[in-house]
Amino acid sequence: MDFDLSEEQRLLKESIDGLLTDAYDFDARKKYMKEKGGWSRAVWGKLAEQGLLGLPFAEADGGFGAGAVETMIVMEALGRALVLEPYLATVVISGGFLRHGGSAAQKAQYLPGIIDGSKTFAFAQLEKNSRYDLADVSTTAKKKGAGWTIDGEKFVVLNGENADTLIVTARTRGGQRDRTGVGAFLVPADAKGVTRKGYPTQDGLHAADITLTGVEVGADAAIGDPDNGLALIERVVDEARTAMCAEAVGAMDESLKMTVEYLKTRKQFGVAIGSFQTLQHRAADMFVALEQARSMSMFATMAVDFDNAKDRATAVAAAKVQIGKSGKYIGQQSIQLHGGIGMTQEVKIGHYFKRLTMIENTFGDTDYHLRRVTEGGGLV
Amino acid sequence: MDLAFSKEEMAFREEVRAFFRDNVPPDTRRKMVEGRHLSKDEMVAWWRILNKKGWGVTHWPKEYGGTGWSSVQHYIFNEELQMHPAPAPLAFGVSMVGPVIYTFGNEQQKKRYLPRIANVEDWWCQGFSEPGSGSDLASLKTRAERKGDKYIINGQKTWTTLAQHADMIFCLCRTDNNAKKQMGISFIVFSMKSKGVTVRPIQTIDGGHEVNEVFLDDVEVPVENLIGEENKGWDYAKFLLGNERTGIARVGVSKERLRRIRDLASKVESGGKPIIQDQGFREKLAACEIELKALELTQLRVVADEGKHGKGKPNPASSVLKIKGSEIQQTTTELLMEVIGPFAAPYDEHGDDGSNEAMDWTAQIAPSYFNNRKVSIYGGSNEIQRNIITKAVLGL
Repeated sequence: MDFDLSEEQRLLKESIDGLLTDAYDFDARKKYMKEKGGWSRAVWGKLAEQGLLGLPFAEADGGFGAGAVETMIVMEALGRALVLEPYLATVVISGGFLRHGGSAAQKAQYLPGIIDGSKTFAFAQLEKNSRYDLADVSTTAKKKGAGWTIDGEKFVVLNGENADTLIVTARTRGGQRDRTGVGAFLVPADAKGVTRKGYPTQDGLHAADITLTGVEVGADAAIGDPDNGLALIERVVDEARTAMCAEAVGAMDESLKMTVEYLKTRKQFGVAIGSFQTLQHRAADMFVALEQARSMSMFATMAVDFDNAKDRATAVAAAKVQIGKSGKYIGQQSIQLHGGIGMTQEVKIGHYFKRLTMIENTFGDTDYHLRRVTEGGGLV
Repeated sequence: MDLAFSKEEMAFREEVRAFFRDNVPPDTRRKMVEGRHLSKDEMVAWWRILNKKGWGVTHWPKEYGGTGWSSVQHYIFNEELQMHPAPAPLAFGVSMVGPVIYTFGNEQQKKRYLPRIANVEDWWCQGFSEPGSGSDLASLKTRAERKGDKYIINGQKTWTTLAQHADMIFCLCRTDNNAKKQMGISFIVFSMKSKGVTVRPIQTIDGGHEVNEVFLDDVEVPVENLIGEENKGWDYAKFLLGNERTGIARVGVSKERLRRIRDLASKVESGGKPIIQDQGFREKLAACEIELKALELTQLRVVADEGKHGKGKPNPASSVLKIKGSEIQQTTTELLMEVIGPFAAPYDEHGDDGSNEAMDWTAQIAPSYFNNRKVSIYGGSNEIQRNIITKAVLGL
C-alpha cells in the first residue's frame, strides 16, 4: 500500500506538467481552438517528442510499457490544462483496442503512427438510440468475400473530424441489443462511403457525425473476434472511463484552486469575500468532493487491470458515479462563487465547468453507472 | 504507487480476523450486530481478552505495551475489529488520556496510570465540554484553585460519555483567570469517587443513557494529579484531539452496517418481493457504498502517508474523514430505518442497558438512527471541521 509516485512517475509528472505550463496557458488554448480541426499539431508533436504518445504501448511495439497509473498521471495533467488534443481518442481508446485486441500485423501497421504523432484516431461508437449501451449497435458489418461491408450512422465521435483512422463498432449478426455479434473494425477515414460532418462540442473539443454507406474494408480490419468483440469494447471503454476520471480530477483540482484564489482576492463590503463563512464552507465542501473523487480515480486506476471483468466494471462504474457527482458539485459551485465573472467566456473557470459536464455525459452518466453498480452486486 | 495490500499485510489481516473469530464472546458480537448496548462487564471482559493478547493499546510506544505496528497494520486491525464487530478499546483511556500521560506526564504518573488504562482497571471519562462551552471549548469556566498541595475544583462538565461507569476523569480546568482564554487551562486527573463529584444522567433522544452531567463542588485533588505543566492544558487537549485522526472515519463500522442492511433487505418483503430487489432502494444502497469506498481510499491515503512521512504534517485529506465518515454512518442508519419501515415504531420502555434480552432486535433500529445524529456533532462538529479545512487546507 503506497500512494506515492515512484521516481519515474514523478519525472513523468514533471515532464507533462512542464510541457503544459509552457505550451498551454488559457490564451494559447484559444489559439489552438482556432487551428484546423480545433487543436494544435505543434503541441501534439511535443507530446510525441516526450514519448507521451507511446506511453502505454509495449517496448517491443516501440512504446514504454507504462501502466494505468502513468495514464492517470497524464490525464490528470491534461484535465488541469483543459487540453484539446485527442489523447483520449487516439492513445487511450484506439491504442487500447490495438494493445488488447490487435494482431501483430495491426500493431505493426498502426502503432508507429500513433507513437510518432503522425496519425490520430477516433472511436465511432455512439448511435442515435444506443445511448450508453455498448451492445446496442445497429451499424452492420456484412461479410463480403474475405472482407466486410459496413453500413450505419455514428454520432458525436470525438476527433472524428480529424482522425486518420476510425475504430467503428458494428454488428456482424443478431438483434440490435444482443451481446454477441458485435465487433470493432479499423476503417480509414478517407475510405469510400465515409462522410463526416464535423462540429465543435460544448467544451471546446471537436466531434463529428459519421455516415458509413457500403464502406468496404479487408478481412484484416476486424480487431479481435468480430462476432464476439463486446468484451474487448467494454474493457477499452472502462479504460477510457478511468482515464476520464483522472482528467476530471485534474479539472476539479484546478477549479477549486482558482476559486479559492478568487475568494482571497475579490473584495466586497470592504473585505475579501473569502472571509464569509457561507463561502468558506462551500469551498470546504468542494475540497471534500475533490478528495473523494481523487480517491475513486485511484480506485478505478487500480481496478482497471482486474482479471475479473465484472469486478473491474463495477469498480470503474463506482468511480464514474463519484466523479460525476463531485464534478457537478465543484463545477457548479465554482461558477457560483465566482459570481457574474464566472458566467463569461473570457474567464477560464467556466470552461472547466463545461468540460466536467461533458465528461459526466460521456460513456455513461451518474445514474447509468449507479445502476451498473447495483447490477454488479454492490461494493461491500 | 502500489495500491494493493502486500502479502504480509494480507497475512496480518487473516491473523487478526482469526483472533476475533475465536475470541470475541458470541453474545458481545451479537449485541453489536443488533445495535444493542453492552453492559460494562461485557465490555471490560472483552478488553481484557484483547489486552492479554497484547492488543489492548496497540498504538502506544512499545515500552508502555504497544505493538510497534505500521500505520497500515493499525488500519487493518481497526477495520477488522469494527467489521467483526467487536467493541473498540475505550477511547477515553486508550486513545485520549493514555497518550497525554506517556507524552507529557512524569514517571510516577506513567507507572501509576498506564498499566491500569491498558487493562481497564480504571474506566476513564472526559471532562471537557461544559454547558456554556461546546465548539468554543476554550471558553470553559470550571476552576481549579491551588491551595497548598491541593487543587479545589468547582464547576460543571457535560456530555460526559459513560461517566456512570467511570473510575477516573481527565478534566480541563481554568487555573489562571487573567491569561488569554487558551493560556489559563490545566489538564488535571482525579477519581470519580472524590467527594464533591456528582454524576447526573442525561437521557438522549433515543431513550438511552450514554452521556451525563458531572457536577464538581469543592472537589479536592492533590497537585500531583496535574499532568504536564500548569496552564499548558490547552496544548495537551489539542494533542489529544489530533491524535486519532484516522479512526474517526469508522469505515469498518459502516461496512459492517451495510452488510447488515443487505442481509435484512433480503429478508424483509415489500410488494411480494425482498426490498433488496427494489431498484430505488438498491441505488440508494449503492450510492452509500460508493461514498464509503471513496472514504476508505481517502483514509488509506492518509494512513499510507503517515506511515511513510510520519504524523508531523497531517495529510490535507485527513480533514475529510470526520465529515464524510459521520455522514455515511448516518446514512446507514437511515437505510436501516427504510428497511424496517413501519416496524420501526414500537418502543421498548425498559430501554437497553445491555441486559434487556426480551427486547426485539427491531426495537433498536429507530433509536440507533436517532442516536447517530450525534456523530456529526461530537468530536468537533462537522461545521467546525469545515472551518478547519477552510483555515488549514485552503488558507482562507
